[in-house]
Amino acid sequence: MDSIHNDLNAPHSMGTTIIGVTYDGGVVLGADSRTSTGMYVANRASDKITQLTDNVYICRSGSAADSQVLSDYVRYYLHQHTIQLGQPATVKVAANLVRMVSYNNKNMLQTGLIVGGWDKYEGGKIYGIPLGGTLLEQPFTIGGSGSSYLYGFFDQVWKEGMTQDEAEKLVVKAVSLAIARDGASGGVVRTVTINKDGVLRKFYPGNTLPLWHEELEAKDSLLDSLSAASPEPMVS
Amino acid sequence: MSSIGTGYDLSVTTFSPDGRVFQIEYAAKAVDNSGTVVAIKCKDGIVMGVEKLIASKMLLPGSNRRIHSVHRHSGMAVAGLAADGRQIVTRAKSEATNYEKFVSRHLSCKVPLVSVDAAEAGDTEMVYGEAIPVKELAERVASYVHLCTLYWWLRPFGCGVIVGGYDRDGPQLYMIEPSGISYRYFGAAIGKGRQAAKTEIEKLKLSEMTCRQGVIEVAKIIYGVHDEAKDKAFELEMSWVCDESNRQHQKVPENLLEEAKAAAKAALEEMDAD
Repeated sequence: MDSIHNDLNAPHSMGTTIIGVTYDGGVVLGADSRTSTGMYVANRASDKITQLTDNVYICRSGSAADSQVLSDYVRYYLHQHTIQLGQPATVKVAANLVRMVSYNNKNMLQTGLIVGGWDKYEGGKIYGIPLGGTLLEQPFTIGGSGSSYLYGFFDQVWKEGMTQDEAEKLVVKAVSLAIARDGASGGVVRTVTINKDGVLRKFYPGNTLPLWHEELEAKDSLLDSLSAASPEPMVS
Repeated sequence: MSSIGTGYDLSVTTFSPDGRVFQIEYAAKAVDNSGTVVAIKCKDGIVMGVEKLIASKMLLPGSNRRIHSVHRHSGMAVAGLAADGRQIVTRAKSEATNYEKFVSRHLSCKVPLVSVDAAEAGDTEMVYGEAIPVKELAERVASYVHLCTLYWWLRPFGCGVIVGGYDRDGPQLYMIEPSGISYRYFGAAIGKGRQAAKTEIEKLKLSEMTCRQGVIEVAKIIYGVHDEAKDKAFELEMSWVCDESNRQHQKVPENLLEEAKAAAKAALEEMDAD
């Protein structure tokens, strides 16, 4: 009884699987959609990919509150910076601002973040900003609790210069693999593709995702299984 | 266009009836009396040159620098009151480093959640993690120069500054006047010989010129506008930032500088021979 109450009052954390990959011409960001408070799923369809500017988005993991507030601050700074500069901010600057806030408040924050976007100078770029506030520019990066199950997968499947289609498929496959194994990740898969032409949001509901070994088929209702396999009434 | 504004020129916070601020115009006169500074934007970079009038024979050659590096990718040539110029250069260097790297005056961990812009807090400064764009640098320096024309307890800077830099948008040249105006140029000149220098610059085909050639041309211009009668000796100081210098702002290499000086002297003699 008590444990349930604990759960309901526990801080909202995003178990999460988040991914960012570069491809030839841009980046693809992907995430699951589960926000949990302890064992209770507070939001099964959350959007963990947040906009910072027209051309830069951020994947949030860890404490939901911390990552939301951090994103709000960085969006505000980037807005001012864009006005001052007179042109869109670069992904590098956005990532640096995220890192600054994350590092300077490392004692109070608990967030793992992936910043991804496209700018005219460097093209598509992905930056990983894990817990302590390190900044690392990488061709691809994964984060969140579900990422533990994806390291080997990416080692095997990753290649430079994929097409947009290949990259999107890779991200969806990876997130669904993590969802299968990580209890703290689940729901739907959301992706955001950013390139010189702009931003494309895609949504993959749970029943469109591939199933992995021993997973059950998604059903709309348990009543389906009842009506489907009902035995013939006994006739004497 | 010389005029005095008797009665309306005692303070920089006074407008004259015809809408001029005389103190700023007087500040500009201080700049006009200094040695000529010439800068051009070539197709692959910027070249800046200064006619350093030698005040005393006892000065060591190479001392009293008029061109300063503000950041890896940009430099500043100063004309007018030297001490004022020093202040502006220091401020520009500070703006450039703080834009890129984090500087906190409170080194303990009492850093607030919000790292606000220098303009707001003055405590911690914003970090963008990239070299300051030249346009941004020029705007900030101009803003600072302008600041000093707004208060009665400050006087305007008595110097004009040319900022030359090479960032990811290519080579750029900005000139900042004591009024705080900053414009982008492909060729600029300040100081005594600026009218003659500008005429010479306009004759050049800058879009087809490399910095190597530009160095020779700037030297020729400076030697050309130097007034032998009024000012005795001068030292030529030049710098560039271009593809050849790896987009770093640096003094023009010795041998190229000598080559430029020789070419300039030769050109002068040719003119005299006519």
